[in-house]
Amino acid sequence: MDASTSIATDHDPHAHDAAHEHHELGFWRKYIFSTDHKVIGIQYGLCGLVFLFFGFCLMMMMRWQLAYPGQAMPVIGKWLPYIFGAGSMPDGKMTPDFYNSLGAMHGTIMIFAGVVPVAFAAFGNFVVPLQIGAPDMTFPKVNAASFWAFAVGGVIMLISFFVPGGAAKSGWTSYTPLAAFADTGQGINPFFNGQTLWLTGFIFLITSSLLGAVNFITTIIQLRAKGLTWMRLPFFVWAQFVTAFLLLLAFPPLEAAIIMQWMDRVAHTSFFLPAGLVVNGTPVSISGGGSPLLWQHLFWFLGHPEVYVLILPAFGIVGEILANNSRKPLWGYKSLVFSVLVIGFLSFIVWAHHMWMTGMGSAVSAFFQTTTLLISIPSVIILSAFFISLWGGSIRFTVPMLFTVAFLPMFGIGGLTGIPLAFNSADLYLHDTYYIIAHFHYIVAPGTIFGLFAGVYYWFPKATGRKMNDFWGKVHFWPTLICMNVIFLPMFLQGMAGMHRRWYDGGQGWGVSNEHTIWGLTGFQWNTPISWAAWIMGLAQIPFIINFFWSIKHGEKVNDNPWEATTLEWTAPSPPPHGNFIHTPVAYRGPYEYSLPGSQRDYTMQNEPVEPTERTRRKPPAELVPA
Amino acid sequence: MEIPYTISTRPDTGLWNAKIGIWLFLASEVMLFGGLFSAYIFLRIDAAPGTWPHGLLNVPVGTMNTAILILSSVTVVLAWASLKMRRYRAYWWYMLATISCGVIFLTVKLAYEWPQKFEHFGVYIKPDALGKYEKYLGNERRAEKGMEPRIEITGHLHSQNAKEYEVALDPVNADPDNPAMDRPHFFPLPVTDKIATIDKEDVERATMFLPTHSAYFASYFTITGLHGMHVLGGVLVFIYMWLPVSKKLYQRNPEHLANRVEVSGLFWHFVDLIWIFVFPLFYLL
Repeated sequence: MDASTSIATDHDPHAHDAAHEHHELGFWRKYIFSTDHKVIGIQYGLCGLVFLFFGFCLMMMMRWQLAYPGQAMPVIGKWLPYIFGAGSMPDGKMTPDFYNSLGAMHGTIMIFAGVVPVAFAAFGNFVVPLQIGAPDMTFPKVNAASFWAFAVGGVIMLISFFVPGGAAKSGWTSYTPLAAFADTGQGINPFFNGQTLWLTGFIFLITSSLLGAVNFITTIIQLRAKGLTWMRLPFFVWAQFVTAFLLLLAFPPLEAAIIMQWMDRVAHTSFFLPAGLVVNGTPVSISGGGSPLLWQHLFWFLGHPEVYVLILPAFGIVGEILANNSRKPLWGYKSLVFSVLVIGFLSFIVWAHHMWMTGMGSAVSAFFQTTTLLISIPSVIILSAFFISLWGGSIRFTVPMLFTVAFLPMFGIGGLTGIPLAFNSADLYLHDTYYIIAHFHYIVAPGTIFGLFAGVYYWFPKATGRKMNDFWGKVHFWPTLICMNVIFLPMFLQGMAGMHRRWYDGGQGWGVSNEHTIWGLTGFQWNTPISWAAWIMGLAQIPFIINFFWSIKHGEKVNDNPWEATTLEWTAPSPPPHGNFIHTPVAYRGPYEYSLPGSQRDYTMQNEPVEPTERTRRKPPAELVPA
Repeated sequence: MEIPYTISTRPDTGLWNAKIGIWLFLASEVMLFGGLFSAYIFLRIDAAPGTWPHGLLNVPVGTMNTAILILSSVTVVLAWASLKMRRYRAYWWYMLATISCGVIFLTVKLAYEWPQKFEHFGVYIKPDALGKYEKYLGNERRAEKGMEPRIEITGHLHSQNAKEYEVALDPVNADPDNPAMDRPHFFPLPVTDKIATIDKEDVERATMFLPTHSAYFASYFTITGLHGMHVLGGVLVFIYMWLPVSKKLYQRNPEHLANRVEVSGLFWHFVDLIWIFVFPLFYLL
């Protein structure tokens, strides 16, 4: 009668292998509409990387306008109007509207269609179930729905480039009232225009993260292998766990705001529009009574946790790779875990530090200034623990480790330059200058994206059974590292000189960017080396792209645990079959048992039972010691 | 391959997967509606005197809809309990009752309450012309008593030409100095046959009770619309669980169906709870 208790208590994959061989899934179900977490993870990863490159291309186009304002773009300039419409680049010269579109969509695509899908959804989907010894995610169909919602959202964002009027152009933050009136008027469809499509696409992207977040948290709570207690979870799993909570709770208020802005644009409500608004010299017929500040509050209530959504998965990846390549346990595992949890909590109460310029009042500012400074403490703990992890290790400079080691100082620069911005008095000057651009790009570009590259090189053998080429990995790494710094370091100087981030002419027509020189170049002149570095960095990604696809079929074949790592994903075959593990894994020890004294090898995997003779820091529970 | 703990509980957490999943989903829903409700608070606090309308909604109908939703929350629990006791027939009837309640709620909302608003008309008078319409607004008396001024004349649009609107007045504008009109009525009073003529020159804005009417109706239609979509979603899920296809699941594994009903029931209670906030915020306060 009660079938419920007998099902799912024992899940040895062997029991089901025979049944499965009879109905091997066809190509579409296996690779396209798959419910397997690994396939979905790879789908997310490939789409996300494509979006990252696309978003970078948008920026490379903007860099031309900044370095050579008003000049026709060579080579591709004359072709772009055929792609983006006649109004975008007449005679290869960029219009201000098109420049604004590129800026808004660069931010949107990089963050929501690029980094979040790769950092959270791709690595989370592929790695988390393997690291916790689970056969799949708890809700495989929801997982597939999450990916397809993302795909639809991404496609809507792309389509918005091709509608009359072009893509959204009110900045990635879409501040009202500007965003409520952009892309309206004669010949513009009320639904199919840049800003409305931006909002519609966002609803799908938010749905996608929501479904993903529910799935991740449930999976981590419910499907941990036997013996894998919370304090034995790899740090990466902890990072993803907290990230999922951030997405779960921070995105819905933005969804509420998106719905309201959508209503403002389509149903002509006034959620974000004050009474007496005058647009282009004529008063608009609206009820008024709305508040532009409300949009900013709701936007940044997502916006700030989102920053940690971008960085926490990178922390997780970096932690794994550091321990593996320094051949010693991650230093201060517990403080890392608690720091991540504290970051997760604090990130919900710092949002208004993006709004120092709105005149919220000194009491509100003082509160958010305090919380903002508090959140730097756990971040510093994490970074310090990573640095100390290197101390006395026998470091292997593999390609993933190169990116990881580069991550540490790059993230450090990004973090430390954020401290002046936390003080509202200093921010009043630096707000909306290139200093801000440099600050957050140091966190997400040489920070998060280096973490992502490290992760791709690190888990590539698990996904394919082959390693990516080392030499071309280094050819990818060094120019990327150098170019990143040539791009972003001068921006601090430009910003401190007073250059505004949204100048269409790169500062050519403004006194502050022409009257003083910084290290021999004026603020405006610095645009030229920055732009060249950006284009060279674009070229430096070619070795990565070729290496990535070439290695799938032709890379060096490796065993299941090529990096001699300790966590459970390396006990599965490479690539893992449907259901992941040959034998359901049991965890007997913590995640980073490297260089265990008295051990034969310098790594001891989580599923290796604890020998009675073994010197351990803590006694293992009695049921886990073999008799 | 079998995902563990889809039906049975994991010993150390004491939960099956979907139960955690639905609670997490509801947490995010709290944040979604929380965002909308905080927008409501923000807009209402900021509203200029006289711009936040009172007493425009039909309270008895709203009360009835509240009762219907609460009733459906009871029947869905009974449906789940019947499944736990393995009484499918009782489950079937309770589920039908739940679905009916949801459908009645939506019908009342979409076929009665909303359309009634769409044909109601409001005219905002320009600040300097308010005195001209004193006989419809009664602002002198209101100022004496320290009440917010009335700046809008409401009713049914009788006719209009290039110069003026003719409005069949609501009782509140037909008899503005009557103290009985100071507070909204529980039973809505019908539109009177008294007709006011309003010069278009004196009109700031004139509109039906649509989302464009005011921040109040913007949030009313947005929040009740989103809530209505949640009700619709719940009803569709319940219909699926009530159809013969679920009987097959019941025969194969009754506990699985019971779990599904429990999870969707939790969602249904949440939708009910949102309405418990919506009702006082828009109808009563």
